[in-house]
Amino acid sequence: MIEAAAAGMGKPVYKETNESKVTTPRWEYQTVRSKVTTLEEAIKGSGLKDGMTISFHHHFRGGDKVVNMVVGKLAEMGFKNLHLAASSLQDVHEPLIDHIKNGVITEISTSGMRGELATQISHGLMEKPVIFRSHGGRGSAIANGDLHIDVAFLGAPSCDPLGNAVGYSRSQNAKSICGSLGYALPDAHNADKVVILTDDLVPYPNTPNSISESDVDYVVVVDSVGDSSKISSGAIRDTKNPRDILLAQQAAKVIINSGYFKNGFSIQTGSGGASLAAVKYIRQSMIDQGIKASYALGGITAHMVKMHEEGLIERLIDVQSFDKVAAESIKTDQMHKEVSANEYASADEPGSATHYLDIVILSALEVDVNFNVNVLVGSDGIIRGAIGGHPDTAADSALSIIVCPLLRGRIPCVVDEVTTLITPGSTVDVVVTEYGIAVNPRRPELAERLEKAGLKIVDINALKDRAKSIIGNPAPLPFGDKVVGIVMNRDGSVLDVIRNIVD
Amino acid sequence: MQRLRRTMMFVPGNNPAMMQDAFIYGPDSIMLDLEDSVTMTEKDAARLLVHNALKTIDYGNTEMVVRVNPLNTPYGKKDVEAVVKAGVHVIRMPKTETADEIRELEAEIEKVETELGCVGRTQIMAAIESTLGVINAYQIATASKRMMGIALGAEDYCANLKAQRTPEGMELLQARQTIVVAARAAGIDALDTVYSNLNDMETFRKEVELIKTLGFDGKSIINPRQIEIVNEVFAPTEKAIEKAKTIIAAIKEAEKRGSGVIAVNGKMVDRPVVIRAQRTIDLAIASGILTQEELS
Repeated sequence: MIEAAAAGMGKPVYKETNESKVTTPRWEYQTVRSKVTTLEEAIKGSGLKDGMTISFHHHFRGGDKVVNMVVGKLAEMGFKNLHLAASSLQDVHEPLIDHIKNGVITEISTSGMRGELATQISHGLMEKPVIFRSHGGRGSAIANGDLHIDVAFLGAPSCDPLGNAVGYSRSQNAKSICGSLGYALPDAHNADKVVILTDDLVPYPNTPNSISESDVDYVVVVDSVGDSSKISSGAIRDTKNPRDILLAQQAAKVIINSGYFKNGFSIQTGSGGASLAAVKYIRQSMIDQGIKASYALGGITAHMVKMHEEGLIERLIDVQSFDKVAAESIKTDQMHKEVSANEYASADEPGSATHYLDIVILSALEVDVNFNVNVLVGSDGIIRGAIGGHPDTAADSALSIIVCPLLRGRIPCVVDEVTTLITPGSTVDVVVTEYGIAVNPRRPELAERLEKAGLKIVDINALKDRAKSIIGNPAPLPFGDKVVGIVMNRDGSVLDVIRNIVD
Repeated sequence: MQRLRRTMMFVPGNNPAMMQDAFIYGPDSIMLDLEDSVTMTEKDAARLLVHNALKTIDYGNTEMVVRVNPLNTPYGKKDVEAVVKAGVHVIRMPKTETADEIRELEAEIEKVETELGCVGRTQIMAAIESTLGVINAYQIATASKRMMGIALGAEDYCANLKAQRTPEGMELLQARQTIVVAARAAGIDALDTVYSNLNDMETFRKEVELIKTLGFDGKSIINPRQIEIVNEVFAPTEKAIEKAKTIIAAIKEAEKRGSGVIAVNGKMVDRPVVIRAQRTIDLAIASGILTQEELS
């Protein structure tokens, strides 16, 4: 009957063997380094070929050492025509310029870029345009195959020999910390091959882990994956800039009187001085009115951690730790949860946290009279920012607030038309400037509530006119005819293009 | 509504960014400075900047004051001409010691106004910054019908007094009280000196509480961050607002009946009480506690 059942299932019948059990103490296995190798061997073993796609995360922000190290090695090994798909790029990645000139990197996908690399790309350094995606859009694109990653090179502050990796270390040899590894998780789950680079190889089991050994092919030990001090300073910094304080107070008043400031609300803030300070001002109102938030989302900051510890925010959902305090908190606090970029902000993922978000406070380089926002390209036409989760959170939240000065020096920030469209105006509800608050005409009920609370609501055209009356009409930007960047909407459609700038 | 002068924010006349931004923080008055915050080499440039700021920037309802250089310097008269032509509301005379200085300033102003055909447009305030100035406070306050206020400048005053400034401010007590009394006797406003340690908001608050108790209308400030504290201290209490509302309602009722005598809760209400009630209402509206609609 066993044979018949096996035959019916197309399976063989169990056969007893004479092999005896291996008696080696298993603790000896814990330090066996079968996946541990050199970077060069890992690259060779991964099967990487010219023309393939490699990926990186940016959790160390300006302190990242992995991108330059790996691409330097790939150049040395003679690779060409690679597609670099990073979750974002920073000033520190300037060495990529030479690798682009030498043909090692011929395509880039990222959320943003800054500094000399961005300047040269804006001037037409690359043949193929850079593809810009939001964090949620990148998560979706990786999950649905739009962005296929051949080999992911992911830095981790600790990893065991099997590849269980996490954004901090519990060992005494800990060298670095970045907290959440949220942007690396879609890469770890979906890349054909995954190489973990770590500066702290710890014994198995490195639990609780963010990246699981089942996703990891190679582990490479390096001197340093990143300079944690460059994520942001460790202490809570209160802005003393009076204009930031004014903007923050106004944003806080908008939140408190919006109708969404109720027990159980959820909130996300950007990392700018004004939005950080806004949290400080709503904190007092939360205490006064006995209101608690169910969760804070996004780039988690020391401010959020403090309010969580005070019991004002029940849970923290963290795709990226914005400072060391947040990074340490994720290590010790069970209610502080790491989330992948996909579960954070993907439009396709029904359970992504942005779908349950009430309020988001965001910044902007430019806002136009149709409430469209640009956070990527400066008013000089040069790429100088990152899309981040801006369009994802604006679209999914119940209330999106843009905090933006009317003028930055001689640059107007409320304009007729944004230089580059990143977040469509249909998803933006309120624009807070130092000269007044504009509410999207699509949200009349919101304008009514804020006016009732005594806030001064102005037409966004009046703000634009005021900026013009002070500054005048800026000369048109000297754009050329070459497309140097393509902005993807989070649904995979093309939102806008960035043209080259001619000096 | 009578103009409130809780905060007069000092803005250097050689800093275009600050001049352009000053209004957004909602000070009651902005004082663009051509005197101590501008070096000799920048006097002409600053005068031109201030002139253009007054002419081009929309400061809304904010009262615009310019502190000019003393008239016995090579800059003073040019300053007066430039800012009167730009339509300044108030000229602040620094280091005023005698009524004659005010009359001299008035003559300068009138010369320019006559040329423009707008005699009487520009008001004057005097900063009293010496012991002699304090002694002459009432004469200064009444030197011209253009006088809208007098202010204490404590640094120079203390140097002149041979006293050190202390957090408690005992050394300033007589000057402060003399200035308030002189201003009240002249029917004009009294403004207190600046507090310059921005890292000590606690002592600043105490100082604002003290000058409010002494009867000052407001304080000179050097940073927008000080505005909120001054406004908080000067904001009337709920109880005071309720009382003021009752008095104002009683006046309206009396006016309707054509009666000149007002009684609240069986007590006669006389004119100073009504004036005080109106000021309480003005402060409550300015502090955002009360809206015009709630009142009517």
